[in-house]
Amino acid sequence: MNDAPVILSVEGLSKNFGGIQAIDSVDLDIRKGEIVALIGPNGAGKTTFFNCLTGIYTPSSGDVYLSNPESGKKTRLNGKKPNKITEIGMARTFQNIRLFPTMSALENVMIGRHCRTNALILGAIFRGPATRREEEGIVDSSYQLLKKVGLHKQVNEQARNLSYGAQRRLEIGRALATEPFLLLLDEPAAGMNPKETEALVALIRQICEEGHSILLIEHDMKLVMSLSDRIVVMDYGKKIAQGTPEEVRSNPAVIKAYLGEDVDA
Amino acid sequence: MFPVKELKRSALISLWFAFLTFPILVVKVDPLERIVQWRWSNMFYIAIGSFVLSILAKVYMIRKERRDARKKETAATEPFAQRIIREPRFLYPLAIACLIFGVSFPFLFSVYQTNIMTTALMYVVLGLGLNIVVGVAGLLDLGYVAFYAVGAYSYALLNLHFDLGFWLVLPLGGLLAAFLGILLGFPVLRLRGDYLAIVTLGFGEIIRLILENWSEFSQGPSGIANIPRPGLFGIDISFGGGITYIYYLVLLLVIFTIFVVNRLQNSRLGRAWLALREDEIACQAMGIDKTKTKLIAFSLGAFWAGLVGVIFAAKTTFVNPASFTFLESAIILSIVVLGGMGSIVGVIIGALILILLPEYLRALSEYRMLAFGAVLVIMMVFKPNGIVSTVRRSYRFKGHAEIEGDSHE
Amino acid sequence: MDYFIELFFSGLTRGSIYALIALGYTMVYGIIGLINFAHGEIYMIGAFTAFIVATVLSIYGFPLLAIVVIAGVAAAVWSSAYGVTIERLAYRPLRQAPRLAPLISAIGMSIFLQNYVLLAQTSDFIRFPELIPEFAFMEPVAHIVGSSDMVILVTTAIVMIGLTCLIKYTKIGKAMRATAQDKTMAVLVGINVDRVISATFVIGSALAAIGGMLIASHIGQINFYIGFIAGIKAFTAAVLGGIGSIPGAVLGSMILGLTESFATGYVSSDYEDVFAFSLLVLILIFKPSGLLGKAEIQKV
Ligand SMILES: Nc1ncnc2c1ncn2[C@@H]1O[C@H](COP(=O)(O)OP(=O)(O)O)[C@@H](O)[C@H]1O
Ligand SMILES: [Mg+2]
Repeated sequence: MNDAPVILSVEGLSKNFGGIQAIDSVDLDIRKGEIVALIGPNGAGKTTFFNCLTGIYTPSSGDVYLSNPESGKKTRLNGKKPNKITEIGMARTFQNIRLFPTMSALENVMIGRHCRTNALILGAIFRGPATRREEEGIVDSSYQLLKKVGLHKQVNEQARNLSYGAQRRLEIGRALATEPFLLLLDEPAAGMNPKETEALVALIRQICEEGHSILLIEHDMKLVMSLSDRIVVMDYGKKIAQGTPEEVRSNPAVIKAYLGEDVDA
Repeated sequence: MFPVKELKRSALISLWFAFLTFPILVVKVDPLERIVQWRWSNMFYIAIGSFVLSILAKVYMIRKERRDARKKETAATEPFAQRIIREPRFLYPLAIACLIFGVSFPFLFSVYQTNIMTTALMYVVLGLGLNIVVGVAGLLDLGYVAFYAVGAYSYALLNLHFDLGFWLVLPLGGLLAAFLGILLGFPVLRLRGDYLAIVTLGFGEIIRLILENWSEFSQGPSGIANIPRPGLFGIDISFGGGITYIYYLVLLLVIFTIFVVNRLQNSRLGRAWLALREDEIACQAMGIDKTKTKLIAFSLGAFWAGLVGVIFAAKTTFVNPASFTFLESAIILSIVVLGGMGSIVGVIIGALILILLPEYLRALSEYRMLAFGAVLVIMMVFKPNGIVSTVRRSYRFKGHAEIEGDSHE
Repeated sequence: MDYFIELFFSGLTRGSIYALIALGYTMVYGIIGLINFAHGEIYMIGAFTAFIVATVLSIYGFPLLAIVVIAGVAAAVWSSAYGVTIERLAYRPLRQAPRLAPLISAIGMSIFLQNYVLLAQTSDFIRFPELIPEFAFMEPVAHIVGSSDMVILVTTAIVMIGLTCLIKYTKIGKAMRATAQDKTMAVLVGINVDRVISATFVIGSALAAIGGMLIASHIGQINFYIGFIAGIKAFTAAVLGGIGSIPGAVLGSMILGLTESFATGYVSSDYEDVFAFSLLVLILIFKPSGLLGKAEIQKV
């Protein structure tokens, strides 16, 4: 039904912490241009799944491949460091916001530009034309990103002084600064009011239209249903269902996972 | 004004200290002659001293509480020192005044004073170098002196065996130290904070012990003497002139270092260091290579220590392992923390205080190090953020006029 | 073979002393996360107190057993008093301060205490009285294991067992474990954290003092500087075993002691400390949290 190239392919991914099987052989494909939602009750292993994809945790078994949609280059991510994975083109936000609290909003986004720029010691010291141009470019593109996420009025504000919703959006801006073709969002709407959530939906749509594919974890079902092309449901570390919003909505296993009991469908 | 309860408390404190110091301060034994000396007067001094000090401390606390209460009423004002540093219109004239003072120092003061000032300035550079590692990148390095030693011995040995001159060895010593920094940093920078601290401390000791014991290489504890002072286009300079010359050399190095550190802090690399200090995981997720970035900070710091090491050898014309003990590392670290981590001005003030203070405390002669230790504790207790508590000048965006105009959709 | 056994026992002796000091480091670190740089000085003060008390008593003609007991108790009491005072003055005001402030304060305290003892007593090495006699029953093995080695080993073993019981079964021990795990929770369940921290310093200091007295009598001389290197070695041992872990501190100390002993015996005594630190670096490279330390997985 969709023949866009697969950009992320996860095969039999598992992760256990001591005795806890946090993820139990999960498969997943994401195609270019898709918005896929990963849902499931708390503790289902969604965040752990993200951590395994982005190299923050090492998976216990299974494989993760990331393919650049432009060049078609396919890379196996297992054992790669988080920064390498970001460099290849997958960036993320965090469920528990992890901004650089005493740095300004702009500087936070500028950090995101790090892996797409080059100046090192000598560049910093001599600050030649190339370095200056690069710095200007960093500031410019970072500012544009702040504008995109609607924070350009708080450019110089310290991240820790921003409102909760603004911090979440700043995280998105910072992740976008790394020029990912796949963006992972961990509960981006958590703690937002309905108005903020609405703006977020528009933002995510816009980001997708600009050519980024998106995998997002979210509990706000309205957001999930309206945004996603596909939904993947996890429970106790296992993938229990996947499909279009309609399919998932009526899946008995999903209803059971969420309500904790059998529901006659 | 001063309640009885407090007096009672002070009396108890003084009793406690009298008890605490009793064996060490009062009793003195001679095991050979089998004589015991009871120095009761010491106990008396301690009792009185701790009584008075505890009252003073209490008064200070009460005052401070009142001041803080008042401060909360009036709007929080930025401390004076920080306002000066933040505002270029204060900072630049101040910097120029310092520079003029620095340049005219040898004319205003004696050779002896100039010599002391040279030492203080060397520590400014060491402090700024370590500041990159500890203050900016947040890596606790307790063996910084090892790199200083590498610089000093580079000059001493290269000069001894290959007759290399000061100006050639100066960068070479720095590079050698930086290289060693990379060698050490590569395996250990993965360790978390305090583990890194003890490993670097151990490394510092290893270097010193090797210098002390491997006599064929380093001439052992007796050290290497008759290291030539730096020449100026082949001219030999008189002793007094030599000191002035080295003073200017170090002053230049200070200026160069400030320039470089300042540029580094406001660069892509400097941002990455700061971010790394704030959140390592987020940093990695943003594509920053943690190990590489830390390694750069670590070896840059080492490079500066190496440079100062070479100058140290040239200044004293003599090096031995005893100059590179842990105490030295501790002093440099104290400069960074005392001044205010991450702040260039803070480090300069810290170095001047910590190096000049003991020099001018020479009147206290043997009490000097005792006072030094006490000052460290007291300063930390009363000013835990350092003298210039981190005023980071973050990048201020002023470019686009849209900030005010344009509203968000 | 005798030489090997001799080295083995002298390594264990060394290790025991390191363990007595390392426990203080590891306990304090476990509870307030501070490298207590002044801990080596506590050990040194313990040795000096024991020296002073023992000498005074022997001048007044007390019997040996009484001297040993009284000097040991006095060393433990005064060292604990110093430990608690240091915590109160130099660390407690800095609990909320940036991470490096208490460390600098500790370094300052260490410099202060060294010079305090130097000025109050002497800068020279002084002969420490022989508190442990050569036991007759040790005669047959005396060429391999000295009496004082034996006493040190036995004392350390007893102290370790006592400490384990204290931490496992007593109220304060449980409070200590709770505080080490989660300070906020400990406060919430009504534990007086200040008291727990003081108790930690008391126990750690008393152990260090006993170590100080034993090693001083074993080696036969002390000066104001002995705390520094012993402190660093003990801390190395604590890190080696995994800082915060009590069995780790003991294991690390024994490994360190044995390594040093064999290295000195078979290679060269000049590089004893080099071996110690190289061992530390090597172990940490392969096991970054130490031998028995828990690997820290940060929850993201
Ligand atoms: N670092 C860790 N150590 C031990 N257990 C962990 C760790 N990270 C996650 N877990 C466990 O894995 C399970 C899944 O957690 P998580 O992925 O955060 O769930 P979700 O994001 O779906 O709410 C939970 O039981 C959690 O306690
Ligand atoms: Mg989660």
